[in-house]
Amino acid sequence: MKLIPSCREVSELLSQAQDRPLGAIERLRVRVHLPLCEACRNFSTHLALLRAAVRAYLNRDDSAR
Amino acid sequence: MAADATTAKGDGPQQPAALEQYRDYLLRYALLQLRDRAAAEDAVQETLLAAIESSGRYAAKSSVKTWLTGILKHKIIDHVRRQSREQPLAGDDAAERSESELVDALFAADGHWRDPPRSWGDPDRAFENARFWEVFELCSRAMPARMARVFALREVFELSTEEICKELDISATNCWVLLHRARLALRACLETRWLGHR
Repeated sequence: MKLIPSCREVSELLSQAQDRPLGAIERLRVRVHLPLCEACRNFSTHLALLRAAVRAYLNRDDSAR
Repeated sequence: MAADATTAKGDGPQQPAALEQYRDYLLRYALLQLRDRAAAEDAVQETLLAAIESSGRYAAKSSVKTWLTGILKHKIIDHVRRQSREQPLAGDDAAERSESELVDALFAADGHWRDPPRSWGDPDRAFENARFWEVFELCSRAMPARMARVFALREVFELSTEEICKELDISATNCWVLLHRARLALRACLETRWLGHR
């Protein structure tokens, strides 16, 4: 395990954070990576956005279509 | 006849004409999970019929939409159970290979993003944009089947990982892997198709 986790590993952890609480070490690994990586910060935002998009998609106003 | 869309009074919302207005919504809901248009249309049709038959059980405690969605969820879960008996998710080596290739393609050997995720700007503006939703539908349907099934159970049905494992007879780790792949694939598709190539 590398000291600074890769984007691939962080993307896994960020995804799993949507499905279960991360452990202390996992949270730490995300926390050391994110300040250094704009791409993963964007990815993190996108995960929340995907979830919101599914909700918004289902609740769209049918008459607007 | 004026259809009361929110509460059950008088004739009640279970009049066929009043229920018909929810068909588009229900179909959209079903399509996110079933993908197969014929199966989705069947599930919606069964839902509307069940709603008419069981109108006596509609208690007006929830909105008609929520009530119908509840019936539809049961229909879809039945379908998912049948499907997971007929085509088990676990042990599909060909799907496993093509999915992991898809994810490998997104990262360099050292684990860096090949195409680093970009900022999408204000999400509310995206959600107001009809083009965004066209792309969203296209990308949802383009997701490989196993990933799409797990993703929809999680995000549309809002089942927990434990519930998904039980329905599909897969391990929690397997479930997380599939969800991660699904989110990566959907995200990458949206970014490419909506924001375009840089």
